[in-house]
Amino acid sequence: MNLDPSVRDAVLAAVPSLRAFAISLSGNVDRADDLVQETLLRALANIDSFEPGTNMSAWLFTILRNLFRSEYRKRRREVEDSDGSYAEGLKSHPEQEGRVEFQEFREALAKLPADQREALILVGASGFSYEEAADICGCAVGTIKSRVNRARTRLAELMSIDSVDDFGPDRATRGVLARNDQG
Amino acid sequence: MKKRKSTEPRSSVPAQDPAADSKPSLGRDIRGKIGQQLRAMYDDVVGQGVPDRFRELLDRLEQQGKK
Repeated sequence: MNLDPSVRDAVLAAVPSLRAFAISLSGNVDRADDLVQETLLRALANIDSFEPGTNMSAWLFTILRNLFRSEYRKRRREVEDSDGSYAEGLKSHPEQEGRVEFQEFREALAKLPADQREALILVGASGFSYEEAADICGCAVGTIKSRVNRARTRLAELMSIDSVDDFGPDRATRGVLARNDQG
Repeated sequence: MKKRKSTEPRSSVPAQDPAADSKPSLGRDIRGKIGQQLRAMYDDVVGQGVPDRFRELLDRLEQQGKK
């Protein structure tokens, strides 16, 4: 393969954030790196379909996202409770998933439906606009906006249950929650 | 208020809190925290740079092309 140096540079420059996206989607570093590798192979095999001057990063994200979704659908057929097994995987191998300090957040993220999770990551962390995220996910801009909103609301619910002490509900509520925990 | 968001059955929630379904300011604090955590988690991986295996992969592909 004759790889144009500028293409090679652009592909490599996208790798760190492709990995971050893949890890956020899959919750597993090894699986994420395999996904990134497959994305690069797929991209370079189809490099002629990349339009020079357009956003290389968005193009690669689109490929990775589609690979992940087809793999996800396949796994869903194989394992009925795919979301449950994802969450369990996080618990049993926390050392594989990066820093422990993000563990609680990762577990909450894992509870979101896949379409909400990817929309939130693309807009809230990868720095894509709603329009770019819509292109990557192959849906309408309004759909992305509503998925991001629902993801934030759901995460706020999940995180508020776990961190009531940090945010200081009144004493009576805390008492009730504490009694529930013991019971 | 947060009791309504828990896994408790709704029937056990006292009825005297009419504001429980509106979004409290607490929600905004947590949303801010969520945004920070999401970016921190993401940037932690971005900061790891490009693992060798991906440079090697591109090198291999280029070598194959030259054969």
